[in-house]
Amino acid sequence: MSRLILDLLWNATVQTLEMVLASGLLAVAGGLPLAVLLVLTAPGGLYPLPWLSRTLGAVVDAVRAVPFIILLVLLIPFTRMVVGTALGTTAAIVPLSIAAIPYFARIAEVSLREVDAGLVDAVRAMGGTRWMVVRYVLLPESLPGLISGFTVTLVTLVGASAMAGAIGAGGLGDLAIRYGYQRFNTTVMLGVVAVLVVLVMLLQGAGNVLARYLRHTQPTPRG
Amino acid sequence: MKLLEVERLNRSFGGQVALHDISFNVGKGDRLGIIGRSGAGKSTLLRCLSGLDRPQSGRILLEGEDMAVLPEARLVLLRRRIGLVFQHFNLLTSRTVAANVALPLEIARVPKAQRHKRVAELLDLVGLADHAGKYPAMLSGGQKQRVGIARALAAQPALLLCDEATSALDPETTEAILALLADINRVLGLTIVFITHEMDVVRRLAQQVLVLEKGRIVARGTPADILDANQLDAILPPNLSQTPHDGSHAIVRLTVTAQAMLAPLLQMLEQQCQAKLTLLQTLPAREEEGLVDLVVQMDGLAVSTMNALQAHACAAEVIGYVPAYS
Ligand SMILES: Nc1ncnc2c1ncn2[C@@H]1O[C@H](COP(=O)(O)OP(=O)(O)OP(=O)(O)O)[C@@H](O)[C@H]1O
Ligand SMILES: [Mg+2]
Repeated sequence: MSRLILDLLWNATVQTLEMVLASGLLAVAGGLPLAVLLVLTAPGGLYPLPWLSRTLGAVVDAVRAVPFIILLVLLIPFTRMVVGTALGTTAAIVPLSIAAIPYFARIAEVSLREVDAGLVDAVRAMGGTRWMVVRYVLLPESLPGLISGFTVTLVTLVGASAMAGAIGAGGLGDLAIRYGYQRFNTTVMLGVVAVLVVLVMLLQGAGNVLARYLRHTQPTPRG
Repeated sequence: MKLLEVERLNRSFGGQVALHDISFNVGKGDRLGIIGRSGAGKSTLLRCLSGLDRPQSGRILLEGEDMAVLPEARLVLLRRRIGLVFQHFNLLTSRTVAANVALPLEIARVPKAQRHKRVAELLDLVGLADHAGKYPAMLSGGQKQRVGIARALAAQPALLLCDEATSALDPETTEAILALLADINRVLGLTIVFITHEMDVVRRLAQQVLVLEKGRIVARGTPADILDANQLDAILPPNLSQTPHDGSHAIVRLTVTAQAMLAPLLQMLEQQCQAKLTLLQTLPAREEEGLVDLVVQMDGLAVSTMNALQAHACAAEVIGYVPAYS
């Protein structure tokens, strides 16, 4: 592989990582509060507000129902408003985040719901406020699950960011389309695939290690 | 004023009544046991007492404040006066033993230095000083329950509530946990209300007992009373009636000293009261008092016979009558 191709791959990888990490963090920043809100306001929750829970749920599902490639196009005016342009890595972060927020919210919601109701009772019985229940029980107890969910979200974002490459976002997807698809450069194509595979494996591996480290329950028997 | 006063508590789920007109008082330093079969409403009652659930009607006065109607913000503060011990421990898996015990103190915003000191004291008290840094998953059931108890005591509650605290433990561990609870009651003077479905737990820990059945209190008294009543129920003939008929036999409960049991007691009594006595059952000895209860059937009943019995036993009481042929 020539020096040039390696440079191209390296730059594209950095751009992809930028997009994935930035939109991943925004997904947590937006999705986690959303998930907490969904859990608290659900019927039988700590702060039951069924109308709010239903409305939020509907919005979340509506965004998730739109295929990413369509969302990408739909959001162009909004993206332009926020970052001034609809092209490039920074611009791609907008639609990626918008797609990832409800995605992560639903995954996080499941982890939060799985927290043993007895633990919530314990902290409420100690005289904990609802905020303390969130802070001392829901978030720390679901942390391993949230980390796993975050990993899944990042892996999904790697794929989605490649798709964003199709509308000129830069990154590995962009590279694959410009060199591999439009110029039939198989080496670049294979290089991109190899980098993507390694990237996903590294992310997933790191996520698994971290989640296992944080899980202080009985070690699960390994098969 | 009693520490805890419960008046005419009612709680139902949908149309189903879980608690019906429950009333009782608990004085400071008391140990009250609440016993009942599965579905009797024990957990529902304890959830009301701990402020996790509200009854539809009735009053729950803890130190004079009515938990049934207190606004949520005030109820949150009142809950800090109560320690709750759970059947399944309910320890946070994300926190170490020490951090679990510290949690009620964090909630009450106790300064850090004081918190450390208190946690060390509590872990000492429950015998887990060496396990402070471990996570709950690394402990045995009995150790977990000790952490649960230490945590419940952390914020110096006025009342300790235990929901089947020993039901998930083996007999020896149960023994140790009950001894710990009795110690805490004795040394700290802490009031304990506990629920259980095991008569044995009541016998070991309770001073007073409530028997709950289908959401109602069907009996109350000392463990000895309740145990007796239970055992009597099991041995009494089903055709027992409360009024004598022609030629019916009386069933009499005799209380005698353990000493008297050494002699051929029934024969002696038969001679002295001129009636035929048949021993139906000997109830377990009340060791502290040195007394034994016997349930006997007596052929014929004359007032004079009863008088004679009463003169020779510590107490004699007619429980009921059965037809002569039985
Ligand atoms: N949240 C609830 N919703 C509906 N019904 C309930 C609820 N909690 C309790 N009940 C009903 O109230 C009754 C009493 O239940 P409770 O859990 O208090 O019994 P228990 O004496 O604690 O039994 P166990 O020994 O099995 O724990 C039962 O008939 C139960 O079905
Ligand atoms: Mg129960």
